[in-house]
Amino acid sequence: MRRAIFEKIFYLVLLFLILILMVMMPPYVSPYTIILLSSIFMYIVLTVSWALFSAPTHYLSLASAAFFGLGIYVSAILGDQLPLLVVIGLGGLISFLLALLVGLSSLRLKGMYFTIFTFGLSELIRHSVQWWEVNETGTVGRWVIAVDNTTVYYIMLAILLITLVVTYIIKHSKYGLALLSIGESEEAADHIGINVNAMKIITFAISTFFMGATGAIMATRWSYIDPSIAFNPLFSFMPVLMAIFGGMGQIFGQALGAAVLTLLADLLLTKLPYYYMLLYGVILIIVILFLPKGLVGLKEEVKLWLRGMKQRYENT
Amino acid sequence: MRILEGEGIRKNFEGLTALANVDFHITRGEILGLIGPNGAGKTTLFNLISGSLVPTSGTIKFKGENITGLKPHRICRKGIARTFQLVKLFGNMTVLENILLGGLFGPSTASPRSHTKKACLELLEFVGLSEMKENLAKDLTIINQKRLEVARALATKPELLLLDEFMAGLNPTEVALAIELIKKIRNLGVTIIMIEHVMKVIMDISDRIMVLHHGEKIAEGIPEEITANKMVIDVYLGT
Repeated sequence: MRRAIFEKIFYLVLLFLILILMVMMPPYVSPYTIILLSSIFMYIVLTVSWALFSAPTHYLSLASAAFFGLGIYVSAILGDQLPLLVVIGLGGLISFLLALLVGLSSLRLKGMYFTIFTFGLSELIRHSVQWWEVNETGTVGRWVIAVDNTTVYYIMLAILLITLVVTYIIKHSKYGLALLSIGESEEAADHIGINVNAMKIITFAISTFFMGATGAIMATRWSYIDPSIAFNPLFSFMPVLMAIFGGMGQIFGQALGAAVLTLLADLLLTKLPYYYMLLYGVILIIVILFLPKGLVGLKEEVKLWLRGMKQRYENT
Repeated sequence: MRILEGEGIRKNFEGLTALANVDFHITRGEILGLIGPNGAGKTTLFNLISGSLVPTSGTIKFKGENITGLKPHRICRKGIARTFQLVKLFGNMTVLENILLGGLFGPSTASPRSHTKKACLELLEFVGLSEMKENLAKDLTIINQKRLEVARALATKPELLLLDEFMAGLNPTEVALAIELIKKIRNLGVTIIMIEHVMKVIMDISDRIMVLHHGEKIAEGIPEEITANKMVIDVYLGT
């Protein structure tokens, strides 16, 4: 008991120190590092918020790109008219509201059907926006107002922090427990007084708020966007991969997976551009085959392996 | 006082009549046994009471209030809990978490978390699972899974408990233990409706018995009346 509290305090202090480091860092490092770190923050937010809903409930959503892209478009349309922070808030809010609507109509679908629906939804939104732009606006893409790298970095850091805190609070409240129970047996959850549908829809909507807000700020980095950039299905697939890669069950695992894979992609892309996709694929396959619990499972695996070695040593 | 009352309950499944015009009632504090051959409509009746299904026609009243067609989580909060014919636990969660969920979401009024936890630990003691509270639910034996499911239902603070084939899959020793448990639950003041196939059990334990056959109520009364009822004997033994 005492040790658990001590550990908790240790981690809190450690996190706080990392946060201070992150806040103090920008003036001392290269712009390249700032941009890379912003990307990492972005993927962590996408992964952790995706997992907030999908990991415990086992409802695999492939609609992250829809909400991320919506944020991007909010930024492209309103970016030069409203203050940046308002635009970001709106990006989140509009995603939230759309997710409520989507949730009401789709969360009765189960398993594979839900997954396919969310993927279809994402594509539907992309094509609708494309149709609208071509027929009504008379253009394909849009310019986004530029924001300097350091501002993007700080805003991304703030969104990351809020996402982590909100996710942590939900996960450790009674609602976190209820979400897990929904993943185990929806019928039983319903019969012990859990409002299963409301719980699913609201959690789904909260998770998309962060995706939309992230889209709104990250859009400023691209300067030019069109529907195929904003609603790129990769933004739906990456969070799933990253969560599995790091370890789906824990926030730390999800964040670790996102950070490591983003770094890895960057490293491979800059150092080995010709073999980038090949190596990326091989590494993913190896981790998924040998570490079913993701990177966070590595600790246990090593422990087990060491124990095995020790026993073998003692037996001889 | 009648705690639960059903009037003219009918349930059709696309042309198939699962229940036809069934009237029933349960008095507070009694144990009502629900028997009948396979496909008689017993579990359907449970599903209608607990809200998994909505009746085609008819009304169900709980403590005088019409609860027909309410969602299961609303009905649970009104004070009706149930278990399932095939145990439905949260397998990858611990025993304590399973029961805690019942305590956190089921009662009509929320109490502080520390109270809920204490009450849940007491319930675990009550059903005899204290030592396994950190085990995963899926690792328990059948009887312990059934105990846990009952404890989870009790954690929602029900006034009425629906037990669907609680004895199924238990050996004779375990059946005896299960009967003790049901009696203990009744002594807590919980009214019970139980579906059961083990005749000896149902005759011993029930205050009153209702017999369903092909979706119709064919008999109702105290155990002695039921065992003497010609129609019931015909249904069970054939003529």
